[in-house]
Amino acid sequence: MCLGVPGKILSVTGDGPLTRTGKVSFGGIIKEVNLAYVPEAGVGDYVIVHVGFAISKIDEREAEQVFSYLRQMQELEELGKVPG
Amino acid sequence: MKFVDEYRDAQLADQYARAVARITTRPWTIMEVCGGQTHTIVRFGIDELLPSNITLVHGPGCPVCVTPVELLDQAVEIASRPGVIFCSFGDMLRVPGTRGDLLSVKARGGDVRIVYSPLDALRLAQKYPEKQVVFFAVGFETTAPATAMAVYQASQQGISNFSLLVSHVLVPPAMEAILASPDNRVQGFLAAGHVCTVMGYTEYEPLAEKYHVPIVVTGFEPVDLLQGVYMCIKQLEEGRAEVENQYARSVRREGNQPAQQLIREIFQIVPRKWRGVGEIPQSGLGLQERYQVFDAEQRFGIAGYTAEESGECLGGLILQGVKKPWECAAFGTRCTPEHPLGAMMVSSEGACAAYYRYRRPTSHETR
Ligand code: SF4
Repeated sequence: MCLGVPGKILSVTGDGPLTRTGKVSFGGIIKEVNLAYVPEAGVGDYVIVHVGFAISKIDEREAEQVFSYLRQMQELEELGKVPG
Repeated sequence: MKFVDEYRDAQLADQYARAVARITTRPWTIMEVCGGQTHTIVRFGIDELLPSNITLVHGPGCPVCVTPVELLDQAVEIASRPGVIFCSFGDMLRVPGTRGDLLSVKARGGDVRIVYSPLDALRLAQKYPEKQVVFFAVGFETTAPATAMAVYQASQQGISNFSLLVSHVLVPPAMEAILASPDNRVQGFLAAGHVCTVMGYTEYEPLAEKYHVPIVVTGFEPVDLLQGVYMCIKQLEEGRAEVENQYARSVRREGNQPAQQLIREIFQIVPRKWRGVGEIPQSGLGLQERYQVFDAEQRFGIAGYTAEESGECLGGLILQGVKKPWECAAFGTRCTPEHPLGAMMVSSEGACAAYYRYRRPTSHETR
């Protein structure tokens, strides 16, 4: 139930900070999402959506981290010689 | 889909699994807290990729599974009344209470509806002013901001035919209950990435220190989970016990401030009973006094229900990491998704449902 799905904001509408909504695309499927909790997110940004609410803006730089972490580990491995 | 597919890359997963094997020198037991993570692990066979001396146990992070039976009985009672539209997330409909489930209320003609968001329930209340619309508000910190917004908007707009049966629960007190138990065998945690997206992870820092246990905030895709396991094992092997963040693309240390603000506006921290576990102090959210006009227990005069659970289901022990689903005598025989005895067989996040779906009983080594 804590399922959160990443989607891309296509458009933003709504007036008040609590009723800000947007059209969000989930790999082509478009849904209306409440954006009140991600005031920093705008068109083109990716957000994590849970039960109709965006709960975070995806940090694209951090998203790369999973891959660079592995590269770093392998480099260490090749250097080989990390004690332990 | 972007931010999904690249984290399911089999080759990458494999490299991570090998990296884990390389640094593991001793047996370790790690708990993934969230039921969504449990499903990824069982579905993609992540536990089978890992070295055999690493045991993953499945945690309490399934809101449907921990909703106490008396709440289900209350839900059934309210939903059976005339003039009520009872709204729930789909997962709750088949969960057995002591007086049947919501699905059978629906079959008998009750107006029980599955909603995707609490705001859908609020919209129904606006659409049918002559009905009483009740939302069954279950969930962890991830879902609380959505429920809070529904209450806030109802209050702002003076919608008086809307109320909530609230069973919100909080993750850190449950983790502490597990750590404090004499039966505990969990040595490290993968914390729930979306709970932390909302709440941040400062709450976990005192736990890591007090119980000397590493806690890695972790995402939901196979590569996320393998990296989370790697980071956790690395800490264990090095004798460290820190809070680390694997899921930094979504989780910030301070969490989502606007969401926390609205949670504090609407809710207060209350003791809450967890199905199969018992009451855990300060482990739930209840409505603040000024919002208690939206409390369905009060509106329908059904506060203070108590009920005893049947003794057969091992759900409570499974979600504390003490037992595995196949150790339950009813698993896959008397208890199946079509005829569940316990909530863990129903919920899409329940460990029993995951094993039933992705790993039939016969395929398991202990059978
Ligand atoms: S198999 Fe069914 S009865 Fe057994 S622990 Fe799981 S949910 Fe409970």
